[in-house]
Amino acid sequence: MLSWRRDVLVLTPWLAPIVWEGTFSRGILNAQYMQKNLVTGVVTFAVRKHVQFIEGFIRSANKYFLAGYRVNFYLFTDNPEKISHPQMAPENHLFVIPVHNHSRWQDVSTSHMDIINTYIHSQFQYEVDCLYSIDIDVQLLAHIGVEIIDTLVGTLSSWQFTTHHENKAYETRPESQAAIPKGEGDFYYTSSFYGGSVSEVYKLTRDCFKGIMEDRENGIEARWHDESHLNKYVLYHKPMRLPSPEYYWDAELSSPPIIQAKRMCSVHKDS
Amino acid sequence: MVEARSCPSFYSFLISRKVVGSLVCLVVVTAVICSIKLQYTEEKLIQLFPQRQDVLTVTPWLAPIVWEGTFNPEILDSAYRPLNLSIGVTAFAVGKYTRFVRRFVQSAEEHFMRGYRVNYYIFTDSPETMPSVQLQPGRRFVLVPIKKYSSWQEISMRRMEAINKHIAEVSHREVEYLFCLDIDMVFHNPWGPETLGDTVAAIHPGYFSVPRNQFPYERRSSSAAYIPAGQGDFYYGGAVFGGLVKKVFEFTKTCHMTILTDKANGIMAVWQEESHLNRHFLSHKPSKVLSPEYIWDDRKPQPPEIRLIRFSTVDKNYREIRD
Repeated sequence: MLSWRRDVLVLTPWLAPIVWEGTFSRGILNAQYMQKNLVTGVVTFAVRKHVQFIEGFIRSANKYFLAGYRVNFYLFTDNPEKISHPQMAPENHLFVIPVHNHSRWQDVSTSHMDIINTYIHSQFQYEVDCLYSIDIDVQLLAHIGVEIIDTLVGTLSSWQFTTHHENKAYETRPESQAAIPKGEGDFYYTSSFYGGSVSEVYKLTRDCFKGIMEDRENGIEARWHDESHLNKYVLYHKPMRLPSPEYYWDAELSSPPIIQAKRMCSVHKDS
Repeated sequence: MVEARSCPSFYSFLISRKVVGSLVCLVVVTAVICSIKLQYTEEKLIQLFPQRQDVLTVTPWLAPIVWEGTFNPEILDSAYRPLNLSIGVTAFAVGKYTRFVRRFVQSAEEHFMRGYRVNYYIFTDSPETMPSVQLQPGRRFVLVPIKKYSSWQEISMRRMEAINKHIAEVSHREVEYLFCLDIDMVFHNPWGPETLGDTVAAIHPGYFSVPRNQFPYERRSSSAAYIPAGQGDFYYGGAVFGGLVKKVFEFTKTCHMTILTDKANGIMAVWQEESHLNRHFLSHKPSKVLSPEYIWDDRKPQPPEIRLIRFSTVDKNYREIRD
Protein backbone atom coordinates (compact mmCIF):
# COMPACT_ATOMS: atom_id res chain seq x y z
CA MET A 1 0.00 0.00 0.00
CA LEU A 2 1.33 3.44 -0.89
CA SER A 3 1.91 5.76 1.99
CA TRP A 4 -0.55 8.53 1.75
CA ARG A 5 -0.77 12.28 2.32
CA ARG A 6 -2.02 12.80 5.86
CA ASP A 7 -1.28 16.49 5.92
CA VAL A 8 -3.82 17.63 3.35
CA LEU A 9 -7.44 17.09 2.44
CA VAL A 10 -7.57 14.63 -0.44
CA LEU A 11 -11.32 14.26 -0.80
CA THR A 12 -14.03 16.93 -0.82
CA PRO A 13 -17.19 16.42 1.26
CA TRP A 14 -18.88 15.33 -1.96
CA LEU A 15 -16.19 12.70 -2.52
CA ALA A 16 -14.33 14.39 -5.37
CA PRO A 17 -10.58 13.76 -5.22
CA ILE A 18 -8.22 16.67 -4.59
CA VAL A 19 -5.08 15.89 -6.56
CA TRP A 20 -1.80 16.19 -4.65
CA GLU A 21 1.62 14.70 -5.18
CA GLY A 22 1.61 11.35 -3.43
CA THR A 23 -2.08 10.61 -3.86
CA PHE A 24 -1.98 8.93 -7.26
CA SER A 25 -0.02 6.62 -9.48
CA ARG A 26 0.32 8.01 -12.95
CA GLY A 27 1.22 4.56 -14.22
CA ILE A 28 -2.13 3.12 -13.15
CA LEU A 29 -4.02 6.09 -14.53
CA ASN A 30 -2.21 5.93 -17.86
CA ALA A 31 -3.08 2.25 -18.13
CA GLN A 32 -6.75 3.19 -17.70
CA TYR A 33 -6.61 5.77 -20.48
CA MET A 34 -4.57 3.66 -22.87
CA GLN A 35 -7.31 2.61 -25.24
CA LYS A 36 -9.54 5.61 -24.86
CA ASN A 37 -8.03 7.76 -27.61
CA LEU A 38 -8.47 10.89 -25.54
CA VAL A 39 -8.14 14.24 -27.32
CA THR A 40 -7.79 17.29 -25.10
CA GLY A 41 -8.05 20.94 -26.02
CA VAL A 42 -6.17 23.73 -24.29
CA VAL A 43 -7.50 27.25 -24.74
CA THR A 44 -5.28 30.19 -23.99
CA PHE A 45 -5.29 33.90 -24.79
CA ALA A 46 -2.32 36.12 -25.64
CA VAL A 47 -3.28 39.69 -26.37
CA ARG A 48 -1.13 42.81 -26.37
CA LYS A 49 1.78 42.48 -23.94
CA HIS A 50 0.87 38.89 -23.17
CA VAL A 51 2.31 37.79 -26.50
CA GLN A 52 5.67 37.78 -24.71
CA PHE A 53 4.56 34.66 -22.85
CA ILE A 54 3.56 32.61 -25.85
CA GLU A 55 6.85 30.91 -26.52
CA GLY A 56 7.46 29.89 -22.91
CA PHE A 57 3.93 28.61 -22.55
CA ILE A 58 3.83 26.59 -25.75
CA ARG A 59 7.28 25.13 -25.23
CA SER A 60 6.62 24.01 -21.65
CA ALA A 61 3.02 22.90 -22.20
CA ASN A 62 4.03 20.94 -25.29
CA LYS A 63 6.54 19.11 -23.12
CA TYR A 64 4.57 18.63 -19.90
CA PHE A 65 0.84 18.88 -20.51
CA LEU A 66 -0.67 15.44 -21.05
CA ALA A 67 2.56 14.23 -22.65
CA GLY A 68 1.91 11.24 -24.86
CA TYR A 69 -1.72 12.15 -25.38
CA ARG A 70 -3.26 14.14 -28.22
CA VAL A 71 -3.49 17.80 -27.28
CA ASN A 72 -4.81 20.64 -29.45
CA PHE A 73 -3.59 24.04 -28.32
CA TYR A 74 -5.96 26.80 -29.34
CA LEU A 75 -4.09 30.08 -29.03
CA PHE A 76 -6.25 33.19 -29.34
CA THR A 77 -4.11 36.23 -30.09
CA ASP A 78 -4.33 39.71 -31.55
CA ASN A 79 -0.82 39.32 -32.91
CA PRO A 80 -0.83 36.15 -35.00
CA GLU A 81 2.21 37.27 -37.04
CA LYS A 82 4.37 37.22 -33.92
CA ILE A 83 3.96 33.47 -33.36
CA SER A 84 7.16 31.56 -34.00
CA HIS A 85 5.46 28.14 -34.43
CA PRO A 86 7.71 26.00 -32.29
CA GLN A 87 8.23 22.30 -32.95
CA MET A 88 5.30 20.44 -31.48
CA ALA A 89 5.24 16.85 -30.19
CA PRO A 90 3.83 14.49 -32.85
CA GLU A 91 0.50 14.09 -31.01
CA ASN A 92 0.05 17.82 -30.46
CA HIS A 93 -1.22 20.62 -32.67
CA LEU A 94 -1.11 24.38 -32.34
CA PHE A 95 -3.99 26.37 -33.79
CA VAL A 96 -3.57 30.14 -33.86
CA ILE A 97 -6.87 32.02 -33.86
CA PRO A 98 -6.88 35.82 -34.32
CA VAL A 99 -8.97 37.96 -31.97
CA HIS A 100 -9.60 41.65 -31.61
CA ASN A 101 -7.90 43.94 -29.16
CA HIS A 102 -9.93 45.41 -26.28
CA SER A 103 -9.30 48.66 -24.52
CA ARG A 104 -9.47 47.32 -20.96
CA TRP A 105 -7.74 44.16 -19.84
CA GLN A 106 -10.77 43.31 -17.76
CA ASP A 107 -12.83 43.22 -20.91
CA VAL A 108 -10.34 40.89 -22.50
CA SER A 109 -10.52 38.53 -19.57
CA THR A 110 -14.29 38.56 -19.33
CA SER A 111 -14.79 37.98 -22.99
CA HIS A 112 -12.73 34.78 -22.72
CA MET A 113 -15.83 33.05 -21.45
CA ASP A 114 -17.81 34.18 -24.44
CA ILE A 115 -15.12 33.21 -26.92
CA ILE A 116 -14.62 29.75 -25.40
CA ASN A 117 -18.35 29.17 -25.36
CA THR A 118 -18.76 30.22 -28.98
CA TYR A 119 -15.86 28.15 -30.22
CA ILE A 120 -17.00 25.05 -28.32
CA HIS A 121 -20.28 25.30 -30.13
CA SER A 122 -18.82 25.92 -33.57
CA GLN A 123 -15.62 23.94 -33.48
CA PHE A 124 -14.16 22.39 -30.32
CA GLN A 125 -17.01 19.96 -29.68
CA TYR A 126 -16.09 18.21 -32.91
CA GLU A 127 -12.38 18.11 -32.21
CA VAL A 128 -11.79 17.34 -28.55
CA ASP A 129 -13.28 15.34 -25.68
CA CYS A 130 -12.24 17.68 -22.94
CA LEU A 131 -11.12 21.24 -22.78
CA TYR A 132 -8.96 23.25 -20.38
CA SER A 133 -8.58 26.98 -20.11
CA ILE A 134 -5.09 27.99 -19.00
CA ASP A 135 -3.65 31.48 -18.54
CA ILE A 136 -0.83 32.22 -20.99
CA ASP A 137 1.50 33.76 -18.44
CA VAL A 138 2.58 30.43 -16.99
CA GLN A 139 5.34 27.90 -17.32
CA LEU A 140 4.87 24.20 -16.80
CA LEU A 141 7.71 22.75 -14.75
CA ALA A 142 6.56 19.18 -14.25
CA HIS A 143 4.17 16.74 -15.85
CA ILE A 144 0.48 17.36 -15.68
CA GLY A 145 -1.22 14.16 -16.74
CA VAL A 146 -4.51 12.33 -16.84
CA GLU A 147 -4.96 12.77 -13.11
CA ILE A 148 -6.66 16.05 -14.04
CA ILE A 149 -9.22 14.50 -16.41
CA ASP A 150 -12.84 14.53 -15.26
CA THR A 151 -16.16 16.03 -16.26
CA LEU A 152 -15.73 19.27 -14.33
CA VAL A 153 -12.35 20.28 -12.98
CA GLY A 154 -11.62 23.24 -10.72
CA THR A 155 -8.15 24.02 -9.40
CA LEU A 156 -7.75 25.20 -5.83
CA SER A 157 -6.32 28.69 -5.65
CA SER A 158 -2.82 29.00 -4.20
CA TRP A 159 -4.04 32.01 -2.22
CA GLN A 160 -6.16 29.77 -0.06
CA PHE A 161 -3.01 28.23 1.36
CA THR A 162 -1.39 31.41 2.49
CA THR A 163 -2.10 33.46 5.57
CA HIS A 164 -3.46 36.34 3.53
CA HIS A 165 -6.32 34.49 1.97
CA GLU A 166 -8.74 37.33 2.63
CA ASN A 167 -7.04 39.01 -0.32
CA LYS A 168 -8.69 36.52 -2.63
CA ALA A 169 -12.26 36.12 -1.61
CA TYR A 170 -15.67 35.73 -3.03
CA GLU A 171 -17.73 38.57 -4.37
CA THR A 172 -20.24 39.40 -1.62
CA ARG A 173 -22.16 42.42 -2.96
CA PRO A 174 -25.63 41.05 -3.67
CA GLU A 175 -25.99 43.30 -6.75
CA SER A 176 -23.45 41.15 -8.57
CA GLN A 177 -24.41 37.87 -10.21
CA ALA A 178 -21.21 36.43 -8.81
CA ALA A 179 -22.24 37.10 -5.22
CA ILE A 180 -21.89 34.19 -2.84
CA PRO A 181 -24.03 34.58 0.28
CA LYS A 182 -22.26 34.90 3.58
CA GLY A 183 -21.48 31.53 5.11
CA GLU A 184 -21.58 29.70 1.82
CA GLY A 185 -18.73 28.50 -0.31
CA ASP A 186 -16.50 25.45 -0.24
CA PHE A 187 -13.13 26.43 -1.69
CA TYR A 188 -11.68 29.31 -3.61
CA TYR A 189 -10.84 28.22 -7.15
CA THR A 190 -8.47 29.89 -9.60
CA SER A 191 -9.67 30.93 -13.04
CA SER A 192 -6.12 30.43 -14.36
CA PHE A 193 -6.68 26.71 -14.86
CA TYR A 194 -10.06 25.01 -15.12
CA GLY A 195 -11.77 22.64 -17.50
CA GLY A 196 -13.62 19.41 -17.99
CA SER A 197 -15.67 17.71 -20.63
CA VAL A 198 -16.59 19.85 -23.59
CA SER A 199 -20.25 19.92 -22.59
CA GLU A 200 -19.54 20.91 -19.00
CA VAL A 201 -17.14 23.68 -20.00
CA TYR A 202 -19.77 24.86 -22.47
CA LYS A 203 -22.30 25.25 -19.68
CA LEU A 204 -19.81 26.83 -17.30
CA THR A 205 -18.68 29.46 -19.79
CA ARG A 206 -22.25 30.14 -20.85
CA ASP A 207 -23.44 30.72 -17.30
CA CYS A 208 -20.40 32.75 -16.29
CA PHE A 209 -20.66 34.97 -19.34
CA LYS A 210 -24.35 35.49 -18.69
CA GLY A 211 -23.51 36.67 -15.16
CA ILE A 212 -20.75 38.92 -16.47
CA MET A 213 -23.09 40.57 -18.97
CA GLU A 214 -25.82 41.07 -16.40
CA ASP A 215 -23.32 42.72 -14.08
CA ARG A 216 -22.15 44.94 -16.91
CA GLU A 217 -25.71 46.05 -17.60
CA ASN A 218 -26.14 46.83 -13.93
CA GLY A 219 -22.92 48.81 -13.85
CA ILE A 220 -21.07 46.48 -11.54
CA GLU A 221 -17.82 44.58 -11.95
CA ALA A 222 -17.19 41.52 -9.78
CA ARG A 223 -14.25 41.77 -7.44
CA TRP A 224 -12.05 39.25 -9.22
CA HIS A 225 -13.78 39.49 -12.59
CA ASP A 226 -14.32 36.16 -14.33
CA GLU A 227 -12.79 34.33 -11.38
CA SER A 228 -15.62 35.54 -9.14
CA HIS A 229 -18.17 34.24 -11.61
CA LEU A 230 -16.33 30.93 -11.89
CA ASN A 231 -16.42 30.53 -8.13
CA LYS A 232 -20.12 31.22 -8.10
CA TYR A 233 -20.73 28.63 -10.80
CA VAL A 234 -18.76 25.85 -9.12
CA LEU A 235 -20.47 26.44 -5.83
CA TYR A 236 -23.66 25.09 -7.34
CA HIS A 237 -22.04 22.74 -9.85
CA LYS A 238 -19.40 21.07 -7.78
CA PRO A 239 -16.29 19.96 -9.60
CA MET A 240 -15.61 16.23 -9.60
CA ARG A 241 -11.84 16.63 -9.65
CA LEU A 242 -9.85 19.34 -7.89
CA PRO A 243 -6.20 19.78 -8.77
CA SER A 244 -4.35 21.17 -5.77
CA PRO A 245 -2.38 24.42 -6.02
CA GLU A 246 0.55 22.35 -7.30
CA TYR A 247 -1.24 22.63 -10.61
CA TYR A 248 -1.24 26.39 -10.67
CA TRP A 249 1.01 28.17 -8.22
CA ASP A 250 0.97 31.94 -8.07
CA ALA A 251 4.69 32.70 -8.03
CA GLU A 252 4.18 35.87 -5.98
CA LEU A 253 3.42 33.72 -2.95
CA SER A 254 5.84 31.81 -0.80
CA SER A 255 4.76 28.21 -0.60
CA PRO A 256 4.12 26.28 2.60
CA PRO A 257 5.62 22.78 3.08
CA ILE A 258 2.41 21.08 2.01
CA ILE A 259 3.16 22.23 -1.52
CA GLN A 260 5.55 19.46 -2.51
CA ALA A 261 5.49 20.15 -6.21
CA LYS A 262 4.87 23.10 -8.47
CA ARG A 263 3.78 21.78 -11.81
CA MET A 264 2.67 25.05 -13.27
CA CYS A 265 3.69 28.52 -12.06
CA SER A 266 2.73 32.01 -13.02
CA VAL A 267 5.45 33.96 -14.77
CA HIS A 268 6.31 37.50 -13.77
CA LYS A 269 4.75 40.16 -15.96
CA ASP A 270 6.64 42.95 -17.68
CA SER A 271 3.86 45.46 -17.66
CA MET B 1 -30.78 36.36 -2.19
CA VAL B 2 -29.25 33.93 -4.56
CA GLU B 3 -31.61 31.64 -6.39
CA ALA B 4 -30.93 28.00 -5.87
CA ARG B 5 -30.35 25.97 -8.97
CA SER B 6 -31.76 22.55 -8.75
CA CYS B 7 -31.23 20.72 -11.95
CA PRO B 8 -27.87 19.08 -12.22
CA SER B 9 -26.81 17.62 -15.50
CA PHE B 10 -26.75 13.95 -14.86
CA TYR B 11 -25.54 12.80 -18.24
CA SER B 12 -22.46 14.37 -19.70
CA PHE B 13 -22.17 13.31 -23.30
CA LEU B 14 -19.16 13.89 -25.46
CA ILE B 15 -20.87 15.71 -28.25
CA SER B 16 -20.47 14.73 -31.86
CA ARG B 17 -16.79 13.92 -32.03
CA LYS B 18 -17.17 10.39 -30.81
CA VAL B 19 -20.85 9.90 -31.42
CA VAL B 20 -20.68 9.63 -35.16
CA GLY B 21 -20.42 5.93 -35.76
CA SER B 22 -17.67 5.50 -33.23
CA LEU B 23 -17.31 2.30 -31.30
CA VAL B 24 -15.39 4.06 -28.59
CA CYS B 25 -18.36 6.10 -27.45
CA LEU B 26 -17.31 7.54 -24.17
CA VAL B 27 -20.62 8.09 -22.49
CA VAL B 28 -19.65 9.47 -19.18
CA VAL B 29 -22.52 9.29 -16.84
CA THR B 30 -21.85 11.41 -13.86
CA ALA B 31 -23.68 13.52 -11.46
CA VAL B 32 -22.41 17.04 -11.77
CA ILE B 33 -23.22 18.04 -8.32
CA CYS B 34 -25.68 20.84 -7.81
CA SER B 35 -26.00 21.87 -4.25
CA ILE B 36 -29.03 23.76 -3.16
CA LYS B 37 -27.30 25.34 -0.24
CA LEU B 38 -24.19 24.62 1.70
CA GLN B 39 -23.89 26.35 5.01
CA TYR B 40 -20.81 26.50 7.17
CA THR B 41 -21.48 28.28 10.39
CA GLU B 42 -17.92 29.29 11.18
CA GLU B 43 -15.23 29.24 8.52
CA LYS B 44 -16.10 30.54 5.09
CA LEU B 45 -14.15 27.80 3.42
CA ILE B 46 -13.79 24.11 4.05
CA GLN B 47 -10.98 23.28 6.39
CA LEU B 48 -8.16 21.95 4.32
CA PHE B 49 -7.09 19.33 6.81
CA PRO B 50 -8.26 15.78 6.36
CA GLN B 51 -10.99 14.46 8.60
CA ARG B 52 -9.55 10.99 8.45
CA GLN B 53 -5.79 10.79 8.79
CA ASP B 54 -5.85 7.22 10.02
CA VAL B 55 -7.00 5.59 6.82
CA LEU B 56 -6.46 5.81 3.08
CA THR B 57 -9.37 7.76 1.58
CA VAL B 58 -8.38 7.85 -2.08
CA THR B 59 -7.01 4.99 -4.17
CA PRO B 60 -3.91 5.44 -6.36
CA TRP B 61 -6.27 5.78 -9.32
CA LEU B 62 -8.11 8.57 -7.51
CA ALA B 63 -11.26 6.65 -6.67
CA PRO B 64 -12.71 7.73 -3.32
CA ILE B 65 -12.68 5.22 -0.46
CA VAL B 66 -15.82 5.91 1.51
CA TRP B 67 -15.34 6.18 5.26
CA GLU B 68 -17.33 7.94 7.93
CA GLY B 69 -15.98 11.48 8.10
CA THR B 70 -14.99 11.76 4.46
CA PHE B 71 -18.33 12.94 3.15
CA ASN B 72 -21.21 15.20 3.96
CA PRO B 73 -24.49 13.29 3.56
CA GLU B 74 -26.49 16.49 3.11
CA ILE B 75 -24.49 17.67 0.12
CA LEU B 76 -24.72 14.29 -1.55
CA ASP B 77 -28.41 13.97 -0.85
CA SER B 78 -29.14 17.40 -2.26
CA ALA B 79 -27.27 16.39 -5.42
CA TYR B 80 -28.81 12.96 -5.90
CA ARG B 81 -32.41 13.35 -4.71
CA PRO B 82 -33.47 15.60 -7.59
CA LEU B 83 -32.26 12.99 -10.07
CA ASN B 84 -35.20 10.80 -9.14
CA LEU B 85 -33.14 7.65 -9.21
CA SER B 86 -34.21 4.11 -8.63
CA ILE B 87 -31.77 1.83 -6.88
CA GLY B 88 -31.95 -1.94 -7.20
CA VAL B 89 -30.71 -4.48 -4.69
CA THR B 90 -30.17 -8.12 -5.59
CA ALA B 91 -29.91 -10.77 -2.89
CA PHE B 92 -30.05 -14.55 -3.07
CA ALA B 93 -32.26 -16.34 -0.56
CA VAL B 94 -31.74 -19.97 -1.48
CA GLY B 95 -32.25 -23.09 0.62
CA LYS B 96 -31.99 -22.28 4.31
CA TYR B 97 -30.98 -18.68 3.56
CA THR B 98 -34.62 -17.71 3.14
CA ARG B 99 -34.74 -17.19 6.90
CA PHE B 100 -32.61 -14.04 6.52
CA VAL B 101 -34.92 -12.16 4.19
CA ARG B 102 -37.12 -10.48 6.76
CA ARG B 103 -34.31 -8.98 8.81
CA PHE B 104 -32.42 -7.96 5.67
CA VAL B 105 -35.36 -6.09 4.19
CA GLN B 106 -36.58 -4.61 7.47
CA SER B 107 -33.15 -3.22 8.26
CA ALA B 108 -32.80 -1.97 4.67
CA GLU B 109 -36.07 -0.13 5.04
CA GLU B 110 -34.60 1.70 7.98
CA HIS B 111 -31.09 2.41 6.68
CA PHE B 112 -30.64 1.76 2.95
CA MET B 113 -31.09 4.73 0.63
CA ARG B 114 -33.77 6.38 2.77
CA GLY B 115 -35.96 8.60 0.65
CA TYR B 116 -35.03 6.97 -2.65
CA ARG B 117 -36.95 4.52 -4.81
CA VAL B 118 -35.66 1.02 -4.13
CA ASN B 119 -36.46 -2.34 -5.72
CA TYR B 120 -35.46 -5.43 -3.77
CA TYR B 121 -34.89 -8.27 -6.21
CA ILE B 122 -34.88 -11.40 -4.06
CA PHE B 123 -33.71 -14.43 -6.01
CA THR B 124 -35.12 -17.55 -4.41
CA ASP B 125 -35.78 -21.23 -5.07
CA SER B 126 -38.67 -21.26 -2.63
CA PRO B 127 -40.87 -18.26 -3.32
CA GLU B 128 -43.64 -19.70 -1.17
CA THR B 129 -41.57 -19.24 1.99
CA MET B 130 -40.98 -15.53 1.44
CA PRO B 131 -42.26 -13.28 4.21
CA SER B 132 -44.41 -10.31 3.43
CA VAL B 133 -42.59 -7.20 4.55
CA GLN B 134 -43.99 -3.76 5.16
CA LEU B 135 -42.22 -1.27 2.86
CA GLN B 136 -41.92 2.53 2.71
CA PRO B 137 -43.61 4.26 -0.25
CA GLY B 138 -41.61 4.09 -3.46
CA ARG B 139 -40.07 0.75 -2.53
CA ARG B 140 -40.88 -2.63 -4.03
CA PHE B 141 -40.22 -6.23 -3.16
CA VAL B 142 -39.78 -8.40 -6.26
CA LEU B 143 -39.31 -12.17 -6.17
CA VAL B 144 -37.10 -13.70 -8.83
CA PRO B 145 -37.59 -17.48 -8.95
CA ILE B 146 -34.48 -19.56 -9.61
CA LYS B 147 -33.98 -23.28 -9.76
CA LYS B 148 -32.70 -25.35 -6.87
CA TYR B 149 -28.99 -26.10 -6.94
CA SER B 150 -27.29 -29.04 -5.27
CA SER B 151 -24.63 -27.27 -3.20
CA TRP B 152 -23.93 -23.82 -1.79
CA GLN B 153 -20.81 -23.57 -3.93
CA GLU B 154 -22.92 -24.13 -7.02
CA ILE B 155 -25.37 -21.47 -5.90
CA SER B 156 -22.56 -19.03 -5.26
CA MET B 157 -21.05 -19.65 -8.68
CA ARG B 158 -24.35 -19.16 -10.49
CA ARG B 159 -25.06 -15.76 -8.95
CA MET B 160 -23.19 -13.77 -11.56
CA GLU B 161 -25.09 -15.43 -14.37
CA ALA B 162 -28.44 -14.96 -12.66
CA ILE B 163 -27.82 -11.28 -11.94
CA ASN B 164 -26.62 -10.68 -15.48
CA LYS B 165 -29.65 -12.38 -16.99
CA HIS B 166 -32.02 -10.51 -14.73
CA ILE B 167 -30.48 -7.16 -15.66
CA ALA B 168 -30.97 -7.93 -19.33
CA GLU B 169 -34.54 -9.05 -18.84
CA VAL B 170 -35.85 -6.80 -16.12
CA SER B 171 -33.79 -4.49 -13.97
CA HIS B 172 -32.10 -2.43 -16.69
CA ARG B 173 -35.51 -0.93 -17.33
CA GLU B 174 -36.33 -0.31 -13.71
CA VAL B 175 -33.23 1.02 -11.95
CA GLU B 176 -30.20 3.18 -12.67
CA TYR B 177 -27.94 1.71 -10.02
CA LEU B 178 -27.76 -1.84 -8.75
CA PHE B 179 -26.17 -3.29 -5.62
CA CYS B 180 -25.59 -7.02 -5.25
CA LEU B 181 -25.59 -7.94 -1.59
CA ASP B 182 -25.47 -11.06 0.50
CA ILE B 183 -28.79 -11.83 2.19
CA ASP B 184 -27.39 -13.07 5.49
CA MET B 185 -26.57 -9.55 6.57
CA VAL B 186 -28.22 -6.64 8.31
CA PHE B 187 -28.08 -2.85 7.97
CA HIS B 188 -27.23 -1.06 11.21
CA ASN B 189 -26.46 2.48 10.03
CA PRO B 190 -27.12 4.69 7.01
CA TRP B 191 -26.14 3.53 3.56
CA GLY B 192 -26.78 6.44 1.23
CA PRO B 193 -25.84 8.04 -2.11
CA GLU B 194 -22.20 8.28 -1.02
CA THR B 195 -22.07 4.70 -2.28
CA LEU B 196 -23.23 5.45 -5.80
CA GLY B 197 -20.70 5.22 -8.60
CA ASP B 198 -20.00 3.67 -11.99
CA THR B 199 -18.44 0.53 -10.54
CA VAL B 200 -18.41 0.00 -6.79
CA ALA B 201 -16.51 -2.57 -4.75
CA ALA B 202 -16.10 -2.95 -0.99
CA ILE B 203 -12.99 -3.80 1.01
CA HIS B 204 -13.31 -7.16 2.74
CA PRO B 205 -13.32 -6.66 6.53
CA GLY B 206 -10.81 -9.41 7.14
CA TYR B 207 -8.11 -7.94 4.93
CA PHE B 208 -8.19 -4.16 5.03
CA SER B 209 -5.14 -3.80 7.24
CA VAL B 210 -3.27 -6.83 6.01
CA PRO B 211 -0.33 -6.71 3.56
CA ARG B 212 -1.10 -7.58 -0.03
CA ASN B 213 0.80 -10.87 -0.08
CA GLN B 214 -1.65 -12.20 2.50
CA PHE B 215 -4.73 -11.49 0.41
CA PRO B 216 -6.51 -14.78 -0.33
CA TYR B 217 -6.48 -14.29 -4.08
CA GLU B 218 -6.60 -17.38 -6.25
CA ARG B 219 -2.92 -18.35 -6.57
CA ARG B 220 -3.11 -21.28 -8.99
CA SER B 221 -2.14 -20.14 -12.45
CA SER B 222 -4.50 -22.66 -14.02
CA SER B 223 -7.48 -20.64 -12.83
CA ALA B 224 -8.89 -17.67 -14.75
CA ALA B 225 -9.09 -15.85 -11.40
CA TYR B 226 -5.34 -16.14 -10.86
CA ILE B 227 -3.54 -13.14 -9.41
CA PRO B 228 0.22 -13.54 -9.16
CA ALA B 229 2.16 -12.59 -6.04
CA GLY B 230 3.13 -8.94 -6.00
CA GLN B 231 -0.06 -7.80 -7.67
CA GLY B 232 -3.31 -6.51 -6.28
CA ASP B 233 -4.71 -3.31 -4.80
CA PHE B 234 -7.26 -4.47 -2.22
CA TYR B 235 -9.08 -7.63 -1.31
CA TYR B 236 -12.69 -6.93 -2.19
CA GLY B 237 -15.56 -8.81 -0.56
CA GLY B 238 -18.05 -10.72 -2.66
CA ALA B 239 -20.91 -9.77 -0.35
CA VAL B 240 -21.12 -6.20 -1.69
CA PHE B 241 -20.60 -4.89 -5.19
CA GLY B 242 -22.54 -2.69 -7.57
CA GLY B 243 -22.65 0.36 -9.77
CA LEU B 244 -24.51 1.64 -12.79
CA VAL B 245 -26.77 -1.13 -14.01
CA LYS B 246 -24.98 -1.17 -17.37
CA LYS B 247 -21.60 -1.60 -15.69
CA VAL B 248 -22.86 -4.34 -13.39
CA PHE B 249 -24.23 -6.08 -16.46
CA GLU B 250 -20.79 -5.95 -18.07
CA PHE B 251 -18.76 -7.21 -15.18
CA THR B 252 -21.18 -9.92 -14.09
CA LYS B 253 -20.93 -11.20 -17.65
CA THR B 254 -17.14 -11.15 -17.52
CA CYS B 255 -17.03 -12.90 -14.16
CA HIS B 256 -19.50 -15.50 -15.33
CA MET B 257 -17.27 -16.20 -18.34
CA THR B 258 -14.18 -16.67 -16.20
CA ILE B 259 -16.16 -18.92 -13.86
CA LEU B 260 -17.23 -21.06 -16.81
CA THR B 261 -13.68 -21.18 -18.10
CA ASP B 262 -12.55 -22.58 -14.76
CA LYS B 263 -15.39 -25.10 -14.78
CA ALA B 264 -14.30 -26.30 -18.23
CA ASN B 265 -10.81 -26.74 -16.87
CA GLY B 266 -12.02 -28.65 -13.84
CA ILE B 267 -11.01 -26.04 -11.30
CA MET B 268 -12.98 -24.02 -8.78
CA ALA B 269 -11.45 -20.80 -7.47
CA VAL B 270 -10.59 -20.79 -3.79
CA TRP B 271 -13.30 -18.27 -2.83
CA GLN B 272 -15.59 -18.93 -5.76
CA GLU B 273 -17.04 -15.79 -7.33
CA GLU B 274 -15.21 -13.56 -4.84
CA SER B 275 -11.93 -14.71 -6.41
CA HIS B 276 -13.25 -13.89 -9.87
CA LEU B 277 -14.53 -10.52 -8.70
CA ASN B 278 -11.08 -9.69 -7.33
CA ARG B 279 -9.46 -10.70 -10.60
CA HIS B 280 -11.87 -8.47 -12.49
CA PHE B 281 -11.43 -5.43 -10.25
CA LEU B 282 -7.67 -5.71 -10.48
CA SER B 283 -7.74 -5.14 -14.23
CA HIS B 284 -10.80 -2.89 -14.24
CA LYS B 285 -10.41 -0.76 -11.18
CA PRO B 286 -13.60 0.30 -9.42
CA SER B 287 -14.51 3.96 -9.63
CA LYS B 288 -15.53 3.95 -5.99
CA VAL B 289 -14.44 1.77 -3.08
CA LEU B 290 -16.48 1.27 0.08
CA SER B 291 -14.65 0.88 3.38
CA PRO B 292 -15.35 -2.19 5.54
CA GLU B 293 -18.04 -0.13 7.32
CA TYR B 294 -20.20 -1.29 4.42
CA ILE B 295 -19.31 -4.98 4.62
CA TRP B 296 -18.53 -5.87 8.21
CA ASP B 297 -18.28 -9.23 9.94
CA ASP B 298 -19.70 -9.09 13.44
CA ARG B 299 -17.45 -11.90 14.57
CA LYS B 300 -14.50 -9.54 14.27
CA PRO B 301 -13.59 -7.11 17.04
CA GLN B 302 -14.20 -3.54 15.94
CA PRO B 303 -10.91 -1.65 15.46
CA PRO B 304 -10.72 2.17 15.93
CA GLU B 305 -10.63 2.77 12.16
CA ILE B 306 -14.13 1.37 11.93
CA ARG B 307 -16.13 4.18 13.50
CA LEU B 308 -19.45 2.97 12.23
CA ILE B 309 -20.78 -0.39 11.09
CA ARG B 310 -23.38 0.08 8.42
CA PHE B 311 -23.89 -3.43 7.05
CA SER B 312 -22.72 -6.66 8.63
CA THR B 313 -23.19 -10.38 8.86
CA VAL B 314 -25.87 -12.02 10.91
CA ASP B 315 -24.45 -14.38 13.47
CA LYS B 316 -25.27 -17.89 12.33
CA ASN B 317 -24.33 -21.49 12.52
CA TYR B 318 -22.62 -22.20 9.19
CA ARG B 319 -22.86 -25.95 9.37
CA GLU B 320 -26.58 -25.85 9.92
CA ILE B 321 -27.15 -23.52 7.01
CA ARG B 322 -24.85 -25.02 4.46
CA ASP B 323 -25.97 -28.64 4.53
